[in-house]
Amino acid sequence: MVNRKIVGAHYGLKDWLAQRVTGVVMVVFTLVVAAALLQGAGGSYDSWRAFMSAGLMRFATFLFIVSLCWHAWVGVRDIWMDYVQPAGIKLALHVLTLLALVGYAGWAAQIIWRL
Amino acid sequence: MTTRTLQFKIYRYDPDQDQKPYMQDIAVEVDSTDRKLLDALVKLKAVDDSIAFRRSCREGVCGSDALNINGRNGLACLTDLGSFPDGKPIVLRPLPGLPIIRDLIVDMTQFFKQYHSIKPYLINNDPPPERERLQSPEDREELDGLYECILCACCSTSCPSFWWNPDKFVGPAGLLAAYRFIADTRDQATNERLDNLEDPYRLFRCHTIMNCVDVCPKGLNPTKAIGKIKDMMVKRAI
Repeated sequence: MVNRKIVGAHYGLKDWLAQRVTGVVMVVFTLVVAAALLQGAGGSYDSWRAFMSAGLMRFATFLFIVSLCWHAWVGVRDIWMDYVQPAGIKLALHVLTLLALVGYAGWAAQIIWRL
Repeated sequence: MTTRTLQFKIYRYDPDQDQKPYMQDIAVEVDSTDRKLLDALVKLKAVDDSIAFRRSCREGVCGSDALNINGRNGLACLTDLGSFPDGKPIVLRPLPGLPIIRDLIVDMTQFFKQYHSIKPYLINNDPPPERERLQSPEDREELDGLYECILCACCSTSCPSFWWNPDKFVGPAGLLAAYRFIADTRDQATNERLDNLEDPYRLFRCHTIMNCVDVCPKGLNPTKAIGKIKDMMVKRAI
């Protein structure tokens, strides 16, 4: 393969937008949890568990975890893009990051629905 | 006429002679008619004629005397000598992130390659009218703050994203110029221009740290222009 610089992957906008949207989701979730804590939801194990295992809260927590992983994916990949130049190592790091994040999301879902 | 002595620390590197770069301490006497850093540099050249730097118009229009002055990019011809604190040496280095040709002269090839990549000219396939292609005053106003760029490279060479990926990230100067043509109502290649930039590297390496705005000697705002390009892409996509 000739050594030419190639750019134009056309996914820049999607990821940039996703990072912003997932950021907003995380801010809203954090505010909701902070408000609940201020109202004493974390007072005892039972009250905290009751709060976190409510249907809507499970849904919101899962959404938060997915947003966190997606947000982290864009951000961590940005770091690999800036600091790691060899394509093979970069691809390996991308794949490992993606696998780790998918794993974390699955693990988190399991914890949320075990409550 | 009052005179004073200015102390300089200047980055020196002549690849034909020097093993590696070094900082040279040198002093120069300036008088009250010397107003700008460039005046002092011209006098420095009389003290040591081996110092190499670029300069041309000496009034902030040509953009050739961009330097890293006390750690901050700027034009020597627009930097007041009075702005330097007394007793501290003035540290001059070449613009960061570009290959050094000699002393304060950098190789701008990469910078201009990125500028060329955004096709910095009007694309309009209609036959030109007899006099000129007209714009409303409002449409013309949108180009203010865009067309004034002098391509001195102060912004792009102060941008970490450009340091890491100068071959892939267009950089603030190129993106400001890109928006200048995207915003131009006389241009017909808006879609192609947006396509050209819709890439994780070319546009989206910008993380809005605004070093470019901080150093622009013409007071321009590439970050704002980049934001407008992103806005247009979002509007186009939804």
